[in-house]
Amino acid sequence: MFENLSERLERSFKILKGQGRITEINVAETLKDIRRALLDADVNYKTAKTFTETVKEKALGQNVLTAVKPQQMMVKIVHDELAQLMGGTSTDINLKGNPAVILIAGLQGSGKTTFSGKLANLIKSKRGKHPVLVAGDVYRPAAINQLQVLGEQIGVPVYTEEGNTDPVKIAKAGIKEAKAKGHDVVIIDTAGRLAIDEEMMNEISAIKEAVKPHETLFVVDAMTGQDAVNTAKEFNDRLDFDGVVLTKLDGDTRGGAAISIRSVVDKPIKFVGMGEKMDALDVFHPSRMADRILGM
Amino acid sequence: VGKKKVDDDVLDNLEEVLITSDVGVDTTIRIIERIEDRVARDRYINTSELNTILREEIVALLAENEYGETGNFELPSDKKPYVIMVVGVNGVGKTTTIGKLAHKYKSAGKSVVLGAADTFRAAAIEQLEIWANRVEVPLIKQKMGADPASVAFDTLSSAKSKGADVVIIDTAGRLHNKVNLMNELTKVKKVMDKIIPGAPHEILLVLDGSTGQNAFEQAKQFSKATEVTALAITKLDGTAKGGVVIGVSDQFKIPVKYIGIGEGVDDLQVFDRKAFVDSLFGD
Ligand SMILES: Nc1nc2c(ncn2[C@@H]2O[C@H](COP(=O)(O)OP(=O)(O)OP(=O)(O)O)[C@@H](O)[C@H]2O)c(=O)[nH]1
Ligand SMILES: Nc1nc2c(ncn2[C@@H]2O[C@H](COP(=O)(O)OP(=O)(O)OP(=O)(O)O)[C@@H](O)[C@H]2O)c(=O)[nH]1
Ligand SMILES: [K+]
Ligand SMILES: [Mg+2]
Ligand SMILES: [Mg+2]
Repeated sequence: MFENLSERLERSFKILKGQGRITEINVAETLKDIRRALLDADVNYKTAKTFTETVKEKALGQNVLTAVKPQQMMVKIVHDELAQLMGGTSTDINLKGNPAVILIAGLQGSGKTTFSGKLANLIKSKRGKHPVLVAGDVYRPAAINQLQVLGEQIGVPVYTEEGNTDPVKIAKAGIKEAKAKGHDVVIIDTAGRLAIDEEMMNEISAIKEAVKPHETLFVVDAMTGQDAVNTAKEFNDRLDFDGVVLTKLDGDTRGGAAISIRSVVDKPIKFVGMGEKMDALDVFHPSRMADRILGM
Repeated sequence: VGKKKVDDDVLDNLEEVLITSDVGVDTTIRIIERIEDRVARDRYINTSELNTILREEIVALLAENEYGETGNFELPSDKKPYVIMVVGVNGVGKTTTIGKLAHKYKSAGKSVVLGAADTFRAAAIEQLEIWANRVEVPLIKQKMGADPASVAFDTLSSAKSKGADVVIIDTAGRLHNKVNLMNELTKVKKVMDKIIPGAPHEILLVLDGSTGQNAFEQAKQFSKATEVTALAITKLDGTAKGGVVIGVSDQFKIPVKYIGIGEGVDDLQVFDRKAFVDSLFGD
């Protein structure tokens, strides 16, 4: 894996000490290290540039270079700034509404169906609610089946319409049925789609329009690289989503996509997926995420 | 206008193109150094020559595919059935790629058998079964939760007795930092050699085209567990460029064999190095 920021800065500050003199050029060197660490972590190119500028101003303002432990101070500035950018504190989802409707959207394979199951499980076991899942992916082979298997594992009913190829109708009917049966939360799983797929983006907009969700969540794979900004921006332009879910954080990716997304759409990251099992879901902690991105 | 040195603007622009395509800092620096070297050697170079050189240098980093770039889905005659094992992290497109590959081989007149060795993920078996029905090839499966090595064993035995030409084994997605799951993969691989010596002949690591720098670690750990022989890059029909494979292919000397460009049965192409590099620069 890549060297972490502390190690990098340790090196550059050693060089600096050897020179026995602090100059603007050395600051440039340090900032280069920071930028490099961010790029290695998949933070978007432009985001990294802007971020480094902000850090520079902060650092100069705090006289980092004359401090006793300049690298530690620098790491702290970077860390705190990252955490700040990612929202400072955790944000909950909105379950008000009867039933509360939650719409799930994202790219292919990002982890939407698995997250739908996990969220239903969490809402049921930790919030004392009675959720129902709606199988709104009519395209992917065995997508409905997959959601049914998960529903069974967690003891949550799954609304499906075998043979119906219109997700808007399925979603509306699912909510109607949920009301009739006294469910207080409806989670709608949808098919994976690319942001440039006009037809599919129109479809998800139509679903949103039809069901007026209380919460729309954008699910994104934490291993995503530079494309995270394009995708997040497109989905947000279409859906004006309420929050982000970062999946597969049980891997060893740094997850810089979190920064990129946050900086282009300014929406909170609400949950992180930590595994394939139905209980592997955590709320998002900006400070921990900052540590991770920096490799600490 | 001829220039002695590649100017900074050109290099800055190049850096941005490469980094935003997920090529990564290390590989980007290497590419820029190679360009600078060539420019120093060749002295006078104009922008269009520079462009050509640049693409040549990047193409050179991509490991050469022993099947060439026009793969016709012919098979080595001494390997029958030819066994392909497909591996990768969660959700990258393994099962879909298998469906498409089966279709390609079948269209080339080969008899294909699929093995559903992802016995873990919900409805993974059913998903592959739908693909098998779609492309009309037989599928060997057991129940969810069965031992994947046992499914691989059954599949190879069946293919051998049927005299099939190609076997493709699906495996469960797994993150490469999970030691137990990676050991399981090694075991699935080893069992195949007991039925067909030398199998699997091809181990295809599927990478999601939108993955960033983590792809290096994926290639490293999957290679350790299974000796990956080829790469497939999926989801290149989106806006992601998949540039990380340049460094991955170079560092691990693994050729890219296929790209996925959609969810349909025909959305698989044999990798073309030049076309891929051109697409990084938006043409
Ligand atoms: N390790 C790990 N795997 C995950 C996590 N979330 C999802 N997965 C796996 O990622 C793969 C894809 O998950 P799905 O839930 O099918 O993704 P999806 O977005 O619904 O996929 P499509 O419907 O095809 O677009 C599956 O193998 C899941 O088990 C996670 O947090 N950690
Ligand atoms: N747009 C696009 N989608 C793809 C491509 N390849 C696969 N997909 C989609 O990506 C999602 C995941 O594909 P799968 O084949 O299930 O991936 P997998 O690696 O088998 O997933 P797991 O078995 O859960 O680890 C599905 O929705 C596929 O339709 C591609 O080339 N382009
Ligand atoms: K693309
Ligand atoms: Mg799904
Ligand atoms: Mg699969």
